Amino acid sequence: MLIRVEGLSAQISGREVLRDISMGVEAGEIVTLVGPNGSGKTSLLKTLIGALTPSQGRVLKDQGLRLAYVPQKLHVEPMLPMTVARFLSLPKKKTASSIAQALTAAGVPGIEKQSIQGLSGGQFQRVQLARAMMDKPNLLLLDEATQRLDHVGIADFYHQIAAIRRDTNCAVLMVSHDLNVVMRQTDRVICLNTHICCQGKPDHGVPHRSISVSLGSAMRIWPCITISRMP
Amino acid sequence: MLDDFLIRAALAGLGVNLTAAPLGCFVIWRRMAYLGDATAHASILGVALSLIFSLPLTLSVLLTASLMALLSLALSNRGWAMDTLLGVLSHSALAIGLVAVSFVSGIRIDLMAYLFGDILAVSQTDLLTIWVGAFLVVGMLAYRWSNLLLVTLNPDLAIASGIDPKREQLILTLSLAVVVAVAIKIVGVLLIVAMLIIPAAGARPLSRTPETMAMLSAVIGGSASGLGLIASYQFDTPTGPTIVCTATLLFLLINAMRPAIDWILKSRQKDRQAQPLNTGERHG
Repeated sequence: MLIRVEGLSAQISGREVLRDISMGVEAGEIVTLVGPNGSGKTSLLKTLIGALTPSQGRVLKDQGLRLAYVPQKLHVEPMLPMTVARFLSLPKKKTASSIAQALTAAGVPGIEKQSIQGLSGGQFQRVQLARAMMDKPNLLLLDEATQRLDHVGIADFYHQIAAIRRDTNCAVLMVSHDLNVVMRQTDRVICLNTHICCQGKPDHGVPHRSISVSLGSAMRIWPCITISRMP
Repeated sequence: MLDDFLIRAALAGLGVNLTAAPLGCFVIWRRMAYLGDATAHASILGVALSLIFSLPLTLSVLLTASLMALLSLALSNRGWAMDTLLGVLSHSALAIGLVAVSFVSGIRIDLMAYLFGDILAVSQTDLLTIWVGAFLVVGMLAYRWSNLLLVTLNPDLAIASGIDPKREQLILTLSLAVVVAVAIKIVGVLLIVAMLIIPAAGARPLSRTPETMAMLSAVIGGSASGLGLIASYQFDTPTGPTIVCTATLLFLLINAMRPAIDWILKSRQKDRQAQPLNTGERHG
């Protein structure tokens, strides 16, 4: 296990956002978090990076864990001038060649000198992915990374993720709403609605009753969820 | 040489501006302008305390400014909108300070000197204080530059990289207090924030990276203090406000030239991008 949480609960200004969560991510595994809005997906990622302190339970990290994080929305203050190359050099200085390499790997070569505020949604997403991969992480946390992408962009993005896992054996834990993709490219799905409703390998069988009962409103948003019962 | 009050004034202005430049960039990037005001206004209370208890001015201003900065930090995220909270703190601090100063009996003090600064009355000790403060702040910012940038960009990204945003914010807040404490004699309580913001804002259109913006704002601030000093000597105007006016003129000038600057920056970038493409075509 790269990272594991046990009996984790968390609150944001008095409101319970996570309740008794136990889950983990193995090396090289792609895990997807699904759940309705406000179900605690982002909060769970924030607890894993340490931005949200749990009220109960604990987060256990493997000693060799190198974690990278791509937030849901990255608003960059327009008054802060920032080129792509400089962004990739934060916080640690990187060589020009490693930056060029990372951008090429992310599918956006040669844009080092551009300002990040001037990039398109898809370009910026790739640049963020390139930055996340700079320190050769073994766990990548992606929070709704495809939010501002069109269909082609989304498909490209998941190819990118698959390629990253294939080439670097980096584990991925992502929040996603693109369920048809999730079903094809994920090793494991976790259904979250403050607590974990269910988790397991996605399969294309009959929707499991436990999900329809426990997710309720979420099921109306994603009628295609079919997940086998937790092993 | 340092006996000459004009040279002392020039050196003092330069010191304050070199310190204010990089910090001013963070004030802009993090939208801390109002916090700067609150910290500066609190320093009038520091002036009053220094007069009442005959403490060294810089020390007591540094204390009240730090306290105010820490207080605003502690009270943020308590359900008040930040600008409401700072509005209350900032103006009450100024008012309490002004009332407290009026209690000081015996000496008639020139309040104007603290509100708008008196750069021509800078002593050698003041000069030393300013440059020590300058080295402290600039050194601290340089040392933590990358961490501060990442925290400013996005606190969660910083945490994921193992950086504590609270600590970095504390460093910026305390730097702000130091700048206020050393700048109060130069530009005064009411215009300190101007020296933080105007040069940095002027540097923005000329900059593509945070580092260039910090350096250019130092150049703009330094020029403003030099030119402003000369202008105030020439036209017999109050020095602090004249320096701020000069900075504003530079800001306006840069913004008026902005279309031309954008065009130059863009065409330079196009040249750079065109080069590898051309070679590629030749090979193909």
